Amino acid sequence: MARFKKKGSRTVPGINTGSMSDIIFMFLFFFMVITTIREVTLQVKLTPPTATEIQKLEKKSLVSYIYIGQPRKAALGNESRIQLNNAFASVADIQAFVQAERASRDESDKNFITTALKVDMETKMGVVSDVKQELRKVGAFKINYSTRKAVKKES
Amino acid sequence: MPQRNAELNTASMADISFLLLTFFLLTSSINTDLGITRKLPPPPDPTVKPPDVKERNILKVLVNKSDLLLVQGRPIDIVQLKEVAKEFLSNPANRQDLPEMEEKTIENLGTVKISKGIISLKNDRGTSYNMYIQVQNELTSAVNELRDELSRQRYGVKFADLTNADFIDAISKAVPVAISEAEPENIGGK
Repeated sequence: MARFKKKGSRTVPGINTGSMSDIIFMFLFFFMVITTIREVTLQVKLTPPTATEIQKLEKKSLVSYIYIGQPRKAALGNESRIQLNNAFASVADIQAFVQAERASRDESDKNFITTALKVDMETKMGVVSDVKQELRKVGAFKINYSTRKAVKKES
Repeated sequence: MPQRNAELNTASMADISFLLLTFFLLTSSINTDLGITRKLPPPPDPTVKPPDVKERNILKVLVNKSDLLLVQGRPIDIVQLKEVAKEFLSNPANRQDLPEMEEKTIENLGTVKISKGIISLKNDRGTSYNMYIQVQNELTSAVNELRDELSRQRYGVKFADLTNADFIDAISKAVPVAISEAEPENIGGK
């Protein structure tokens, strides 16, 4: 049984970390593929409502976003505010915003811009109605109410 | 002097890629562009009179500022809304107080009965957005179920599983999304 006797050195060999970077790179690429880079910093609290009958927005480049919700900073009060790009805005700014969004797209895509309304579930409909009226006036008819996916109940 | 086969030290590589990984994790968000798509009507033209719609062809859905529903003058619960809307849009028993059904010939589908019914949705400025979306969701769900039924009956698959664009078009025409939103009113205040 002397065969199993341990040899003189008792040091544990170091773990080979050579493949660690490969694994991390794989993670990195995975996350880069499934995520999108945030274009704006959210200044409003946003918890969209849930719904079951939802559709995916198809062309990402043809979507412009309007955010509505309570300001994140408590100092700004708790009345729902509209956020366009990176700043708070008022209802009157929406027409200019839509025009700017149109101007930044190709001529052929101008009529296919969808406006995604990302609205917090606690918002009152008053603000949302105002925004919708402005969108109607400026001719941005395609809208999408952003929601989270709810688990579908079996009927 | 011939150089020895010096190995590249890759120990810090993992650290660098960890840094990149954390950077991307922080700056990105998982794709969440899901939602209910709607088409807004053009602004009303003051010179054109709104078309007259028969009383039986309208389903009035009102939501007040306390998020309570009133459908055709009766208060109902949100869970009943889908059934009410489905019965209204399909009128299976041919009742006189439910919308007229018009027979029309649609390409790829033949003759089908199309409902003339319109769901008129009116909400208060004080209604919560969550409630509004729930109502929209139930109404959309009613339309989708009717589309599914027709699609199964004619083509044998669910509407969502149809791949032929002509078939999708035909079903969409046979069961339109007839939801009209009234001009907002301020009844209950903010």
